[in-house]
Amino acid sequence: MNFDPIRLDRRTALKWMLTAGATVALTDRPVLGQQAAAPATQGYGTDPELNKIHAPGAFWPLTMTDHQRQTSAALCALIIPAEGAVPSAADLKVHDFIDEWISSPYSDQKSDREVVLAGLAWIDLEAGKRFGKDFAKLDQAQMRAIADDICHAPDAKPELAAGARFFAKFRDLTTSGFYTTPEGMKDIGYIGNMPLAEYKGTPPEVLAKLGLA
Amino acid sequence: MPHISPAQVQSEYDAIVVGSGAAGGQTAYTLTMEGAKVLMLEAGRDYDPVKETPMFQTNDQAPLRGTGTPDKPFGFHDATVDGGWQVPGEPYTNASEDPAKQFEWWRARMLGGRTNHWGRISLRNGPYDFKAKSRDGLGFDWPFTYEEIAPYYDKVEMLIGVYGDNDGLENTPDSPPGVLQPPPAYRAAEHLGKKHMNALGIPAVAIHRAVLTRRQDGERLSKLLHPGNAKAQRVLTQAMSERAACFWATPCGRGCSIRANYQSTTVHLPPALATGNLDIVTNAMVREVTLNARDRAEGVVFIDKTTGKECRVRARVIVLAASACETVRVMLNSKSARFPQGLANSSGLLGRYIMDTVGSSLSAQIPALENLPPMNEDGAGGGHIYTPWWLYKEQLAGKLGFARGYHIEWGGGRGMPGFGTGAGLERYTRGSYGLKLKEDARRYYGSFMYFAGRGEMIANEHSRCELDPVVKDKWGIPVLRFTWHWSDHELKQAEHMERTFTEIVRAMGGVVLGRAANRRRVSESSPIEKGGRIIHEVGGAIMGESAAKSVTDQWCRTWDVPNLYLTDGAPFMGNADKNPTLTIMALAWRAADHMLAEMKKGSI
Repeated sequence: MNFDPIRLDRRTALKWMLTAGATVALTDRPVLGQQAAAPATQGYGTDPELNKIHAPGAFWPLTMTDHQRQTSAALCALIIPAEGAVPSAADLKVHDFIDEWISSPYSDQKSDREVVLAGLAWIDLEAGKRFGKDFAKLDQAQMRAIADDICHAPDAKPELAAGARFFAKFRDLTTSGFYTTPEGMKDIGYIGNMPLAEYKGTPPEVLAKLGLA
Repeated sequence: MPHISPAQVQSEYDAIVVGSGAAGGQTAYTLTMEGAKVLMLEAGRDYDPVKETPMFQTNDQAPLRGTGTPDKPFGFHDATVDGGWQVPGEPYTNASEDPAKQFEWWRARMLGGRTNHWGRISLRNGPYDFKAKSRDGLGFDWPFTYEEIAPYYDKVEMLIGVYGDNDGLENTPDSPPGVLQPPPAYRAAEHLGKKHMNALGIPAVAIHRAVLTRRQDGERLSKLLHPGNAKAQRVLTQAMSERAACFWATPCGRGCSIRANYQSTTVHLPPALATGNLDIVTNAMVREVTLNARDRAEGVVFIDKTTGKECRVRARVIVLAASACETVRVMLNSKSARFPQGLANSSGLLGRYIMDTVGSSLSAQIPALENLPPMNEDGAGGGHIYTPWWLYKEQLAGKLGFARGYHIEWGGGRGMPGFGTGAGLERYTRGSYGLKLKEDARRYYGSFMYFAGRGEMIANEHSRCELDPVVKDKWGIPVLRFTWHWSDHELKQAEHMERTFTEIVRAMGGVVLGRAANRRRVSESSPIEKGGRIIHEVGGAIMGESAAKSVTDQWCRTWDVPNLYLTDGAPFMGNADKNPTLTIMALAWRAADHMLAEMKKGSI
């Protein structure tokens, strides 16, 4: 398949901008300035080394521009902020995972790439329209003003429907990235992956709570 | 493990075993423990689970957080090597464009084959399953009874180690005392599901899986398994002493470096190699079986994948254990003046009656499981509970509209987070983000359950394979072309599964979330998965009572060629809902005993 991500991203972005009624001159925006590099064409193959740590970028190059990475990191921190001693998704470099995801050669991720890159461009346009700045430069209240309008697709205004689809996708990638880290696993209450001498089953207090005691 | 190169192959063996998975492993084990010299040929690469298994790797240490891709469909850390729904350079084809008529073929190219990653669910077929036609007029009766195969189920369970209970349920056989390992305690979702299912009249009992919950007593078991054979007892006692019991962490699908679960590479092959009677050549892609002037099998021709060269090896007995369809393929490609339509195919039935398991599944969210306190639910790396088929009487009375049963593999709990954890919650949370999302993620984590039906498929004439007239693999070997058909029995069964799961979820106060992904199913509107998707394919060279109506006899020996045996799923005449692997091993052990007896008699 001859896949041209830059052309598709631009076309999708244009469509969204028209939908949103954006009046900003196209040449002012980063979406049509620096573009993400083309995604990989080779995967990790059918016999990768499993007993090894593979950080994002190990199998294929990351492709976001610096600006896209900044916007991604800002979204990661908004979606999963720091809480007490628990770092934010951005602190844990979940945006690197998202970059790895959209840079992947596989078809599922390629279709997400279109949504994510167009969405990153759109959210800058939306930020510019509302506050005159790029999204990553907004304060928390300004970010939340945009996020509140797109965080639940069924409630989003029709002109924000594409933005809401993007936000849902980006949020799913952020939770997937965050909750698979050691900090995220602990935060969600996963306490396995350690050898035990014995498996005792469900604790009595849990059985009681379930009405099974 | 000690392996040999094609150049080191001996000039003559007692047996050549093609394949190294459940069938090849068991056949080679039985033969070598009883003193026969065996050459095993494996099409994939060498594989050492002790060194290669990613036991404690977390998903953030894998690309794409470990999620499945076309290169690793079951996830990055899945044990499968060079396999999946497609094997590079080794295609297969389907005769029809219609997904409902297509078969998807999961293969692995590695020592130990698919046993390295399988679910380890090890259920016995029951008495009805071997005499199905006598019971309801459909399909076939096997040429032996449950009572005849039961001693081999006992032996396999003792050898590989299977946990489970004896529940005395209809057509769901108990094992004799001292055979099974104790089952693990249930997880919270398993307790809760059992309560609500039992209230609906649906059973829920300990599942049987090939995982050691305690160390094996090698002294006792080796005497029971190899009476009067001091060397075999010594070798097996040693091999069993090298297996640890489950340490209640890491999913079995990755394989097991401590050898607590069964895979051919950790359970069958080590003792077989320790006898000194087994040679293994990996990267050996078998093309055909050759015949001598008396139309007996003489040897096999394989391609050494490392050099591309053709090699020939010889033995008194040839055993195909390459997986049902691959075994059929080798036979179809073994054409001669005596067998122009494929080896041992005088019946014309080679490639006919391929069966998979009927599969349908639903996921659900159960409010009662929300906000449970953190607890370790890794357990035995797979399910602890299941629902055996329970409507035998209603079915026989014709009340269900389909002829055969299914079991339910179900569960849920606080497994290791992976891709998708915390995702898709907006249907409950109205799209929370920030600290509220974190709170919601903690609340809903562990509240999801799955229900997967695994049902019997009745053999039919339209589910079959043949050689593709055009397409060849990278070694120049003609490939298989499949045709598939689900009958109304299977389609209605899958619909019944879905109704049952919905009823259970509602009884639990839960919400049904959805079916398996569209691409797994025959169509968007149907719950049934495509043929082959459950990876339980059997048949293609069915056994039977006569040479005219079957390919092998009850000993898995081909009628046409007395020194050619098929010990994988190819001779299956039915595919009961019990998952085929344990039965494959029991039949392979029985077939190997037959080979040994015939060799001793000098008839082969």
